[in-house]
Amino acid sequence: MEDELAISVRGLRKAYGDNVAVAGVDLDVHRGEVFALLGPNGAGKTTTVEILEGYRRRDAGEVSVLGADPAHPTPDWRSRVGIVLQGTGEFDELTVAEVVRHFSGFYPDADDPDKVIERVGLTGKAKARTHTLSGGQKRRLDVALGIIGRPELLFLDEPTTGFDPEARREFWELIRDLAAAGTTIVLTTHYLDEAEALADRVGVIAGGRLVEVAAPNRLGNRQEALATVSWRTPEGALESAQSATPTAFVADLAARHGGEVPGLTVTRPTLEDVYLTMIGHSR
Amino acid sequence: MTTTTKPATPVAASHGRRPGGGALALRQGRLEITQFLRSRESVVFTMGFPIIMILIFASIFHGTIGGGVRFTQYFITGMIATGLMTVSFQNLGIWIPIERDRGVLKRYRGTPMPKWVWFAGKVIMVVAIGIAETALLLAVAVALFDLDLPGTAGKWFTFGWVSVLGVTACTLCGIAISSLARTARSGSAVVTPVALVLQFISGVFFVFTDLPTWMQQVAALFPLKWMCQGLRAVFLPESFGAQEPGGSFELGRVALVLALWCVIGLVLCLTTFRWTTKRDG
Repeated sequence: MEDELAISVRGLRKAYGDNVAVAGVDLDVHRGEVFALLGPNGAGKTTTVEILEGYRRRDAGEVSVLGADPAHPTPDWRSRVGIVLQGTGEFDELTVAEVVRHFSGFYPDADDPDKVIERVGLTGKAKARTHTLSGGQKRRLDVALGIIGRPELLFLDEPTTGFDPEARREFWELIRDLAAAGTTIVLTTHYLDEAEALADRVGVIAGGRLVEVAAPNRLGNRQEALATVSWRTPEGALESAQSATPTAFVADLAARHGGEVPGLTVTRPTLEDVYLTMIGHSR
Repeated sequence: MTTTTKPATPVAASHGRRPGGGALALRQGRLEITQFLRSRESVVFTMGFPIIMILIFASIFHGTIGGGVRFTQYFITGMIATGLMTVSFQNLGIWIPIERDRGVLKRYRGTPMPKWVWFAGKVIMVVAIGIAETALLLAVAVALFDLDLPGTAGKWFTFGWVSVLGVTACTLCGIAISSLARTARSGSAVVTPVALVLQFISGVFFVFTDLPTWMQQVAALFPLKWMCQGLRAVFLPESFGAQEPGGSFELGRVALVLALWCVIGLVLCLTTFRWTTKRDG
């Protein structure tokens, strides 16, 4: 169903001279989904997203965003897409309220500027010149400008860089609110916890390729991965074994020990373990 | 009459009316003017420069040049032309690279705003500041240096079209040259020498006909010389025209050269304008 897809990408390629930034990416994002592109710096996240946003031309591949080719953006299409770029575009001489109000004028169905300013937590700074904002506050202004037009699809390129932990939590709440209201969200991040907290599905990108796409808890077959069981021998030495059936293994171990097994732990790979393995393999 | 009921036209769900282009352009112009006025350095350098120059030059030179024309009267025409070039060519050539570098232009490109609205906003700003600056310059010159304002409607009309054509040409060239700057800081490095050289060879600081002939010929390739000449036709007596290189003020040629520069500037804008920096794809 074409209509169920907000984004469809097949065989996307982009090179800058000899440097291949995106080397054949296939990707589908469903409407209403929160999709995270996770990858290290230079993996091709921003290039991919900026092609989808209509900023960059692709060398090859088929791309459809909200049913249109982003290489030829129309004002109508633009009014349905919200963009939070990686770099901030600063209006030093204007106040927060002036900038948000001005941008609201570009959209046919814009949200109320004051409400949006409140939503991103800048009400106290509404009358401040934007050059007086902190890095995190500037980022919130970016988000305000991204959502002022009530987009169907919102792109966020590393949105929480420069946020303190509390601001990040608040930002995550905002994203969950937007997602709950039906906005499709594509965000890039190099924070694992952010991808895990927000995304329905995560695409791991490394070396210009999508290494894997899965729900955060299924990434790298995490749930099916071998568990590591470790314990101490009566002599105090550390023993460990990999097992696909850790429960049976532990029961057996307990029977052999005739009761408590000293120093027993059962672990599975964390998302970070899985992620590092994945991007390590493709380097 | 047949009673076919029309299927209910699908309501564009809660979608409001897209704001009209004209209204958007006016809003954009207002925003640009606000930004200009709030940035102290652009007000001081753009608006203040010609006035400071007038104060300096008029205090140094008291004599008359040929035909009983006072030097201040001659010099003010050059300063008006310089002022118009400063608000358009230099102002845009310096500020657009900064906005491009800051990502302001990229951000505008991500909105449904039609591209031309952004250019219209710049033009509105240039025209408004240009009018304000010229008025200020004339007021200072009349109050302090007994400038004779044009006496006939015809001269005011010439003043109008020379200014409009000159500002248009300089605005388009300023937008075009902004794409030469690779970074925010290089904008003024690109624009300032060009402007300064043009001012020296176009008869802004000196009486044009006192300059070497080859210099006059180089100057004649660029708009500033023709803007000065057109303004001399407005502020100097008819008889002074005989002392111009062409034996008259040559208003027809003024119009032609300035119009040609409008076309050149427009073509350069349309073919070379960049919304993002080079390193930014």
